[in-house]
Amino acid sequence: MIESDAFVQALQDVGFDFFTGVPDSILGGIIETLMERRLYTPAVREDEAVAMAAGAYMAGKVPAVLMQNSGVGTSLNAIISLNVIYKQPCLLLISWRGFQGKDAPEHLVMGENMTQVLDSVKIPHRTLSEQTLVDDLRWTAQTFMKERVPVALLLKKGIVKSLHP
Amino acid sequence: MQSRARVIAALIEQLTDQPVIICNGFPSREAHKIADRATHFYMIGSMGAAAAIGLGVALNKPDKKVVVLDGDGNVLMSMGTLATVAALKPKNFVHVVLDNEVYGTTGNQPTISNVVRLEQVARAAGYVNVERVIEREDVVYEFKDMLKKDGPSMLLVKVTEQCEDAGRVMIEPADMTQRFKKAIE
Repeated sequence: MIESDAFVQALQDVGFDFFTGVPDSILGGIIETLMERRLYTPAVREDEAVAMAAGAYMAGKVPAVLMQNSGVGTSLNAIISLNVIYKQPCLLLISWRGFQGKDAPEHLVMGENMTQVLDSVKIPHRTLSEQTLVDDLRWTAQTFMKERVPVALLLKKGIVKSLHP
Repeated sequence: MQSRARVIAALIEQLTDQPVIICNGFPSREAHKIADRATHFYMIGSMGAAAAIGLGVALNKPDKKVVVLDGDGNVLMSMGTLATVAALKPKNFVHVVLDNEVYGTTGNQPTISNVVRLEQVARAAGYVNVERVIEREDVVYEFKDMLKKDGPSMLLVKVTEQCEDAGRVMIEPADMTQRFKKAIE
């Protein structure tokens, strides 16, 4: 399992310098590290977070938004009618709740359709693994620069250390 | 009470190189018709997001006063952002709400801002300076004052339902992003 400290450092190393979002348990360790490093600006909804990221990008930052996959539903309109069409890139670091049907009922529908939802609105995405982390982050940074659109990294339980394993 | 376009014109007259985020619908169209500047960011979709975009700019450009020209429908849609702004307390954030009590772009269906006083919500959340104004001289006086003071500030201006004959903003969205980004560097 990747330590949250190493994961955050890897994100910073590829250039990310503005972090916002809405918490999830899978993201708990990452958010704690970001807060320790005074890099995290909390949002109250995911659509607010992606809009803050848009503003941060235009102010010269390289933004990342953390959210549970339920937040993809909440923020989808903002993502496609702001970040996508205005070409305001950000990393969407999305925790994949409901993966393979193993989660609470409220997570199952989005969990089952996670990649299809992103594919249907043409958001490039990868699913993080410990083995491919370096390559995944390099791909993220390249896609970010080249296509200038939101890029999603899906994070399943047990890849990066959370607060309560 | 004045039309929204008259108020926007009076506000823009007070500005020079400050970043301005303008909400979707007629406010953006009217502002674009009155004066198109590279420091203007016109929203065309993502209703409710104006204040959050402005917040993202303000937090990362602390030396620039960031102005958000918002509407009552937009603020009601993302009322949580009033709390986020108030909690983060950016000193350089001036939130103008042009309150006509209707969804003007879709046919004047009523909002609920005739009942809910949005400036009081902002005050309760923790905005530092809050004013509710109607007359032109008050709009100009309070806006100039908020440009000088530490915020976050909200200036709620009651306006009529009248819409200016202003077409869609035809700037390519991606071009607008780069133009705005460069202008506020």
